[in-house]
Order: sequence, then structure tokens, then C-alpha cells
Amino acid sequence: MTLSRRDYLKAQAAAAAAAAANISLPAGAAPIQGVGDAQVKWSKAPCRFCGTGCGVMVGVKDNHVVATHGDMQHETNRGINCVKGYFLSKIMYGADRLTTPMMRMRDGKYHKNGEFQPVSWDQAFDEMARQWKKTLREKGPTAVGMFGSGQWTIFEGYAGSKLMRGGFRSNNLDPNARHCMASAAVTFIRTFGMDEPMGCYDDMEHADIFVLWGSNMAEMHPVLWTRVTDRRLSNPNSKIFVLSTFEHRSSDLADVSLVFKPGTDLAILNYIANHIVQTGAAKREFIDKHFNVRRANTDIGYGLRPDHTLEQRAQHANDAQVSHPSNWDEYVAFLKTYTLDYTAELTGVPPERLEALAKAYADPKTKVMSFWTMGFNQHVRGVWANHLVYNLHFLTGKISEPGNSPFSLTGQPSACGTAREVGTFAHRLPADMQVTNAEHRKAAEKIWKLPEGLLPDKVGFHAVQQDRMLKDGKLNCYWIQVNNNLQTAPNTAQETYPGYRNSANFVVVSDAYPTITAMAADVILPAAMWVEKEGAYGNAERRTHFWHQLVDAPGQARSDLWQLMEFSKRFTTDEVWPAEILDKNPAYKGKTLFDVLFANGEVNKFPVTDVEQGYENAESKAFGFYVQKGLFEEYAAFGRGHGHDLAPFDMYHQTRGLQWPVVNGAQTKWRYREGLDPYVKTGSGLNFYGNPDGKANLIFAPYEPPAESPDQEYDLWLVTGRVLEHWHSGSMTMRVPELYRAFPGAVVFMHPDDAKDRNLRRGSEVRIVSQRGEIRSRVEVRGRNRMPRGVVFVPFFDASQPINKVTLDATDPISKQTDFKKCAVKVLPSQVAQAGEGRQ
Amino acid sequence: MRLRAFLAAPAVLAALLVGGAMAADSPRLVGPTPFTEVPRAPPLPAEIADDVRRMRNYPEQPPVIPHSIRDYQIDLNFNRCLSCHSRKYTEQSQAPMVSISHYLDREGNMLGSLAPRRYVCTACHVQQTNAPPLVENDFRDLEAMTSPPGGGR
Repeated sequence: MTLSRRDYLKAQAAAAAAAAANISLPAGAAPIQGVGDAQVKWSKAPCRFCGTGCGVMVGVKDNHVVATHGDMQHETNRGINCVKGYFLSKIMYGADRLTTPMMRMRDGKYHKNGEFQPVSWDQAFDEMARQWKKTLREKGPTAVGMFGSGQWTIFEGYAGSKLMRGGFRSNNLDPNARHCMASAAVTFIRTFGMDEPMGCYDDMEHADIFVLWGSNMAEMHPVLWTRVTDRRLSNPNSKIFVLSTFEHRSSDLADVSLVFKPGTDLAILNYIANHIVQTGAAKREFIDKHFNVRRANTDIGYGLRPDHTLEQRAQHANDAQVSHPSNWDEYVAFLKTYTLDYTAELTGVPPERLEALAKAYADPKTKVMSFWTMGFNQHVRGVWANHLVYNLHFLTGKISEPGNSPFSLTGQPSACGTAREVGTFAHRLPADMQVTNAEHRKAAEKIWKLPEGLLPDKVGFHAVQQDRMLKDGKLNCYWIQVNNNLQTAPNTAQETYPGYRNSANFVVVSDAYPTITAMAADVILPAAMWVEKEGAYGNAERRTHFWHQLVDAPGQARSDLWQLMEFSKRFTTDEVWPAEILDKNPAYKGKTLFDVLFANGEVNKFPVTDVEQGYENAESKAFGFYVQKGLFEEYAAFGRGHGHDLAPFDMYHQTRGLQWPVVNGAQTKWRYREGLDPYVKTGSGLNFYGNPDGKANLIFAPYEPPAESPDQEYDLWLVTGRVLEHWHSGSMTMRVPELYRAFPGAVVFMHPDDAKDRNLRRGSEVRIVSQRGEIRSRVEVRGRNRMPRGVVFVPFFDASQPINKVTLDATDPISKQTDFKKCAVKVLPSQVAQAGEGRQ
Repeated sequence: MRLRAFLAAPAVLAALLVGGAMAADSPRLVGPTPFTEVPRAPPLPAEIADDVRRMRNYPEQPPVIPHSIRDYQIDLNFNRCLSCHSRKYTEQSQAPMVSISHYLDREGNMLGSLAPRRYVCTACHVQQTNAPPLVENDFRDLEAMTSPPGGGR
């Protein structure tokens, strides 16, 4: 039997499916098309949800996804999914899918305060183009903006970035990933000169000690938690430390649980460093050779509006990012404050637990893996927290080798692949390049075949700033794709909603479902989702993985990629580019943005026939060339030869993803280490080649208090976050009956004594009130989370309890990422509570 | 089916806009209308603990838990789920045995007992409440598609 490579892959996929289902297929029964029981066509895809990036096998029959299960061959998960992943089959089939564009209309035309009515794509795009052109003409490129996502496919983020920067000449493009891991991304660049982890998930099979810093992996990265669990239960020397502001399911498997007062993790990090230094465990020679010691500016404010008292009072609110050359002696002297007694007192953690953790880091015989997610990143000192944990690995030399790994986890499926690598942040270009760097802009203009000097050189509005500028009427045309910002942004009642409904603004939302954000927009565009389009994601271990379009999108729903590219046809260069640039480059005159951005000889160079046989591709059919391949190959030119090498496009359809840099067809699991990373020259051992001197930065910073702390009136800490069953704002998982019924509505988790003090019991209806807004919820005093006195937790998935009306829009002043984990609230019995409340 | 969903969506949207008619409970999908409202929180739902097995949507779906798991211990010392569902206790408990897929380690080796990576049952198996779903789901069962009642469409 001769098999083409395609058939071979198909057979492999079927075999994996069979293996996972414990069925053994006779050799001849491999489902070569039309043979045997091949009624269901199985194809690979990454999971639609978190940044773990599990592989999924997707079964399709009659243009419908009928089953999914964990991909046995995917390195990340080897056959396991979490409960959300197992229910992927249902996420596209909520009966309220959006299938036609909708616009607010009155008297047959667009009106800001009109009612939503179905319109054609042409009507929607015509009105959008009219609004964009008017705004660009009257106010210029800084008045248009786009809010994208770490759920954008790589192709979509890349097309969005080209359209915004190269087309509209605006850097007002930011992803919702800003809310999610900007602190991690910014610190990678500050420390290593290059973004993303040096290690990979394989570290979990090599490490002894696992330390979770503000990460509830058991619920938020459940499949990675299976790998930690596996190691912990099979290796007698393994230990798990969990640091959090309350105890949760990850604490259940912890050897040592450390519950600290919100914000004081900074002190714990410095205490451990102090312990390492004082006990002589610091590797001085290694440190001198590989690191530059630097001191951060302190008293840096809280990223609030500039007229806020806290910003006025802060000494370095305007140069928060600056750090200064320092030395070992200064660092050691600085650490002396962080004694065991001081730290135990400040943090509320018993000293013996702090010491146990410090010893685990300091012990030269243990391999340590540190994990962090939102507890670190959604932190007014998130960048510092990231620095301080790297410092522990630097001091002990536990980095860039199997099992010794500081590891930043991500929340979205392509936070790394799209938001960071493609560079959809307001300050970034592909491959870690920056919009403020003239050389970088020039390189981008060359690859994009755009006139020199076209790309804007100022950092655009970041996520929180976009909301403020919408409210202030300075950002007027705004397009939101693949995210639900009215539910997930901070302080929405005061800072987000007013901007969306500001009569000076025109807001467009592309989504698959009518979300709370869509309902507050002026135009809603129906989006194709997940396997309704060909896509690519990049997960948290630098793994780029692809999938094919497996089913058609319903009705007139179209992918964000199609939407961005089709919209670009409605603009000519003369309408949006300055005359002086066109005069100097007359060849671009009169062209549409589609011509100069997408029909540029690169993006359109692969024919539709290159699409793998047996798979549809709606975008390529619409535009007449293999859109995804052209975009990817042009994009890959940014990073090849610069440490960000991506493999040829087709290779990704043949594998379960590859970890960049992919050099000579081989992926890289560990970076910066000789023998493991092809970019490190023989004889150099360890080389942090992202920085010109090959050294990383050891930047030290102190504990500073949160922006807002409980007082006599607002007497509780509010922490927000997620639950296992729902992903982010719940727009997909709330429509899956089994996931919905597992956790149907948000509750406020609180300590039983805090409830009792307020005359509340489990099930009581309460108001959760801050200085900014309030919601109503129900009290939960048991279940998966165990709250300490004084701290409450509310998940944000429930649109009817939009807890972000209550949160504070304070950000890390360096990364501009919001702190969703620390603000002050009061919890009151609901005034309208009636008899018969509580359990049904 | 597709046509139906396509036609229905705008109507659904319109219905939602005029007051959240679909979700009687509360506007959990689209939020308060208008956004500035503070809707009441519905009572906590009751858990379903009738011990009746639910059909899976497809073979590899983790079965939902039809009994209470309140205060179940799953930690480094003890796993309460296994005290009924592990192979050696199923005779006395009459509970379904943990699937043998759970005996496979990462490398695909069949172990003699539960693979450690499968230890945290609640990552995949969840209990259900009596909350009525907010919106219909048009997912289709494979068997209904291959052998439709009444001989097909």
C-alpha cells in the first residue's frame, strides 16, 4: 500500500484517535478516505481555550463537529484535556450564534442610539469606512484604534497589525493580552532582551521543586497540573509550594501552602534572595559572568489617570521604567531589610514556611521550577515581581537547563504566538521589535514593501488608555475583535462603558456570540470561530501549532481575517497616507490598502491549490490566493536568522507544533544554553544573546504597597479571577450546557467568620461595593476556595455580575497591565433580599 | 438546521435587546440592560445528586458526576473518589471503575493502577446543578446522525 504524506498523516491521526479510545485498528482499516468505518473525519487542532495549548483531535461529520478528545501525539497533553477541552465540540453550537452583521439603525440609517437591525456586510463596511475616513480626516491616525486578542490567530493578528500600522498609520492597537501577561512580556525584554521563556513544559518531568507564585494551575492550567501531579506523585524528592492570597485547588496538592497578604509577595521574593546570599548559596562567579546588576527606580505610582493624587504624589510615575547600573554590594545591602522576622510580620506567613521555601531554592541539589500567572502579572508591581523571581534563579544558577526553569504561564491560546510574537501591542512590531526604534521600523517597512517613513513612531494607546481616551472623546473609531472587554476591563462602569456609548465614538465588535461588549457597540460583525477557519496559535512554551478549516461558519459569519482584509479594500492610499509620502513614492498612489498590504507580491504569492486537499479555506477562496500561507511566510521573514526562526509553513500542518527557534528543521526546547540552543556558540556555555553583551539583567526592587487597601469602610480585599469550568468571560463555555450547569453563576467566596460578622450565611444575596461601582452576588463559604479573613474572591465569567464594575483601573506603571487582584470593597446584605433566599 | 439557526439569530438578539427574555434567571450571557443596572443574583442552584448516570455526548467525554462531592478530599494524603471508583473497591461500591485510559502514563505505558497524572479527578469530571441552560445548544449526536430515528432526513 502506498501512502502519500497526507494520507500518512491522516492515518496517524486516526491511529492516535483509536489509541486514545482504546481501540486497536487493523492495519488495513486505517481510515484512508472512504474505507471502512471512516464516517467521521479526524483532524488535529489546538484547543480553543488557554495558553497551555493542548492538542485536540476533532471529529467531523456532515460539516459538523461531532466529537473531540485529547491528542495522544501532542507533546503538551499526550491524550488528556481538561473538562473545557473535552467539551470543545459544543462551543460553536450555541443557538444564539451571530450569523449576520447588525447595526444600530434609526429611520433606515445608522444612528448611535438606534436599535440593532440586521444589515448586509456591504452596509456595515460602508458605514464603518465612512466613519473611519471622517475621523482620519478630521482628527488623524491617533483617533482610530483596534483592540485585538491573544485569541486572534497568528494570521489575524498579523493582518490587523499591518492594517493599523501600515494602513491607518496608527499604533493604537493593543491586545486583551495586555490585561493578561504584559508584565511578563515586558520583563522578558528588560531582563533577557528577548521575549518568552527559555525553558519548556518538559521541565516538569525534570524538576524536583515546583513553586506556584500567584497561579492556580489546578483550575487554570489543568493539563499542565496533570504533569506536575505526575511528577510529584512519582518522585519522592518532589515538593510543591503554593503561594497565594487564599487557598484553592492547587493548595490541595501542596506540601507547603503560603497564604500571604495581598501585594507582599515582593517581600517574600527579596527575603528568599537574602537567605540565599546570607547562607552562602549565591553563585558569585556565575553571577558576575552572566548578569548585570541594576537598581530599579522606586516610588513609581500606579498607572492611574495622571491627575490622580497617587500619581501626583509618586516621585517616579513618569520614569517608572528606568533602572540604574548597580553592583553586588549594593544589592546585598538592599536585601538586608528582608529578614525572616520582618517578612513573616509583613506577609502574615508563618516563618517556618518561608524558611522551607527559601531552603528549597537555595539547595544546590534541587532543580526548581517557578510558575506564575495572573497573581504576578495582574499586580501594580508585576514587572518587579517578574524580575525578583528571575533573580532567585540567577543567584542559584538554576536556569536554562532541564528542570531549572522560571516559567511564565499564559492565559490565552495565542498570547505568545500572536500578541507577543506577531507584536500586536501598542509598542511592538514582529519578532520583539519596537515601534520607537527607527531601525526596526525600517526593517518592517522593507519586509512589508511599504514606503520608508510610513510607520508611526509613537507608542499607541494601551488597553486601559484606550478606554480612557474613548471616554474622553479622543479615540473615536474603535474595532474590537475576539474579546469581551466590557466584561474584562477594569473599572468598567466609570471608564469603559461611558466610552463605548460616548456619542462622539463609533464602536465595532466582531464576535461569534452576542456578548455584553457586542451589546454596547454600534456595529456587530458575526465572526467565524476556531475550526471554522484555518488558523495558527503559539502557546506558552514557544510552540507554534496549526489547524485546518474543518467546518463552515454559520450563515454570513466570516473570520476576523476576512473582515480585516475585506475592509482594507475600502480605502485608497490617497485617503489615508500623507501626500508627501505619496509624492515621494508615486507608485503607491491610487492603490487600495488591500493592494499595498495584501496583494503586495508576497502575501498573495501562493495559489489556492496549495491548500491541503480535503480541507476548505474560506478566506483563500474569497481572495483568490492562499492567504494564511502568504501572510505566514511574509511574517516569518522578521524572525528567521534572528533567534525567532519559524519553520516553513507546510511543516506546521504536518506536525503537532514546533518550538521556535526552528533551525534547520529542528525545534529548540531550551534556549541560551550551549548544546541545547543552536544560537549559542561552542565554548560559551550560557549566553543570553538577546542582549548585546550576552548578559541578562538582575534588576532589584523593593516591596511597595498596593494602590488601594481596605480601610474602615471598604474593609475587605477583592480578588477576581477564573474557575475551571469557564474560560475568561464565559462567552463560549456558558453556552455549553454541561459546563454551565457545573458552575452556572458567579458567587463571592468568603471566610465563614467574615460572613457571620455581617449576618450572612451561605447563599445570602449581597452587594459587593467599591468606590467605583457595585454588583449583587451570592455568598459561598465552602467549596473549592478557602478564603482567609479579610479577603473575598469573585470570578468574572458571569455577565450578570460584572465584577469589573467594582475593580480599580490601577496598572503596573511599566507594563500597563491592570491589577485585578487588589482593591478594597465592602460586602453588604442585599437591600432587596427577600424571604426564601438561599438554596432552591 | 443551519438555516434555522441563521434565521433565528437576529430574532434572538432582538429579544435580548428588549429585556433579556431568554434567560429568565438573570442576564448571564449579555449582562445587565442597560449596563448600568445592578441585577439581582439568583439563588444558588441545587446540586444534582440522583445517582443516575448521564449519557455521554460522545465516547471520550468524561462522564459528569451524578452524586454529591461536597467535602471530598483529593490531596497528597487521600483521594476520596478512588475509595469507590478504583478497581479494587468497585465490587463493594458498585461504582463504575476508573476508565483504563486512566492507567496510561505519558509515554503510553499501561500501568498496574491509576496513572499519577490522572489523580485530580475534578479537572475533567464535574458535578451538575439544576440550573436550566441559558441557551439551546445545536450540537449533534453522531449516532443520531448515522442512524436517525424514522429512517433519516
